[in-house]
Amino acid sequence: MNVVCFVEPGDELSAQAVGFARSLGSVRTVAFDGAYQPAAWARSLAAQEADAIVAAGSDRGNELLAHVGAILDRPVAANVTAVDGDVITRQRWGGSLLEEARLHGSPQLLTVAPHTQPATEISDVETLQAEDDGSPKVLERVEESSTGVSLREAKVVVGGGRGVGSADGFAIIEELAGLLGGAVGCSRVVTSAGWRPHTDQVGQTGTKISADLYVACGISGATQHVAGAKGAKRILAINNDPEAPILAVADYAVIGDLHEVVPAISAELRKAQG
Amino acid sequence: MRILVCVKRVPITGGKMVLSEDARALETKHLGFTISPHEECAVEEAVRIVEASGGEVVVLTLGPAEAEEQLRDCMAIGADRGILLETQGEEWDAQATAGAIVDAIRGEPEPFDLLLFGNESADAAGYQVGIRVAHALGVPVVTGLKKIELGEGRARCERDVGGARDVSEAPLPALLTVLEGLNLPRYPSVPGRLRAKQKPLARTPVTPPAPQLEMLRLLVPEGQGKEAELLGEGAGAAQRVVEVMQELGVA
Repeated sequence: MNVVCFVEPGDELSAQAVGFARSLGSVRTVAFDGAYQPAAWARSLAAQEADAIVAAGSDRGNELLAHVGAILDRPVAANVTAVDGDVITRQRWGGSLLEEARLHGSPQLLTVAPHTQPATEISDVETLQAEDDGSPKVLERVEESSTGVSLREAKVVVGGGRGVGSADGFAIIEELAGLLGGAVGCSRVVTSAGWRPHTDQVGQTGTKISADLYVACGISGATQHVAGAKGAKRILAINNDPEAPILAVADYAVIGDLHEVVPAISAELRKAQG
Repeated sequence: MRILVCVKRVPITGGKMVLSEDARALETKHLGFTISPHEECAVEEAVRIVEASGGEVVVLTLGPAEAEEQLRDCMAIGADRGILLETQGEEWDAQATAGAIVDAIRGEPEPFDLLLFGNESADAAGYQVGIRVAHALGVPVVTGLKKIELGEGRARCERDVGGARDVSEAPLPALLTVLEGLNLPRYPSVPGRLRAKQKPLARTPVTPPAPQLEMLRLLVPEGQGKEAELLGEGAGAAQRVVEVMQELGVA
């Protein structure tokens, strides 16, 4: 099977997509130069001879393959974890659910679910030409002035949920995060209530974290939240409900009222830090 | 400005995924329904634009008869009318969904200036219905937006790219897909809910073409088999918690 795999050089998810593509057949890795112009890049990709066109299940990968699918009028399977002939397995609900589906016709258009495949070295990248067709393209990149630790990259995230009770209640969450040099996170309930900005939200429609430790305080553990939290290596749940779903994905648990437990941990940390 | 917002009825899943007996859907007997989170922001954005500069917000969904509930919710926060492309509750793939939406748009008496979609649905998450609709209509498309500024027949679009923002522009009419965080959607008011009951809603029955991405069955991924280690109860657990943090090298 001849596979064309779109890559963004230096991108970890692209390296995972290449590994997956190689398991399907012989692979041509391709990339583009210049300003990102999804519809134009996709037109060039769609013109390649291939039995399958593969990209990472990243923002750009999913976008490009959707354009290719529209141009060729072919189905696209996004965030695939396995391929067996014309039957694919893919993620739904941010990975909380899997789907087996038959992908009809050829070429197969697939994106690879992030962090489900080992990365391979990206080599022999061929640069394709894309003709500017006047479709929207990236005109400039504006760097954001970062304040504090990035949620996505923080080694420790201390998250608060409905149990925190109010915007002011986050003072104790901020204090603990500060002592650990970490970032503050929250659940969707909290952003919907306006207690914290959306940039703090951990979840399927928020940020997907990769911390060494995630401390989930007063968070029940809805699938929406867990989809963003499960990338953490360890999860400590502080919850007054021993039946809360978060405990099913946690490594450590403290059963109790976060308003007592969190300040006590901060006090203990201060003692330990002298 | 005439704005179309496309939304999808999805269950509110809570803490656990439970499948129906035939494993082709979630068991929703005990679940409420909503629209995908990104779409809530799309509806809010459309209503704000029309509140500021006039026009009409039309909200469209493809789904079962019960999806009227979601259209009424959108009308309660300010959408003017609804279009329900009514299915028998079966699953539609992205190509089929886009095709039905395109037919509905072409059947409208006047064209839309702006078409808003969520970047991906909460449930199927195919990342493609909006892009397919844009190609079929021949309008420009920009996806994954956290900020939209409209001016002089153009939309200035911003997309998060990990600590930075990519800026692009699209001439109107355009199709834009948005992400949660674009704005903070309002809650419907009681008068808003009452008004929504009176707003026009057009129902068109639709039948699905043969699926090209044909769902065979759903599977709940195996849990990681974790059993949380209980570090203690209440404030008395603090010392043990700090010991664990030190073992993990984070304190």
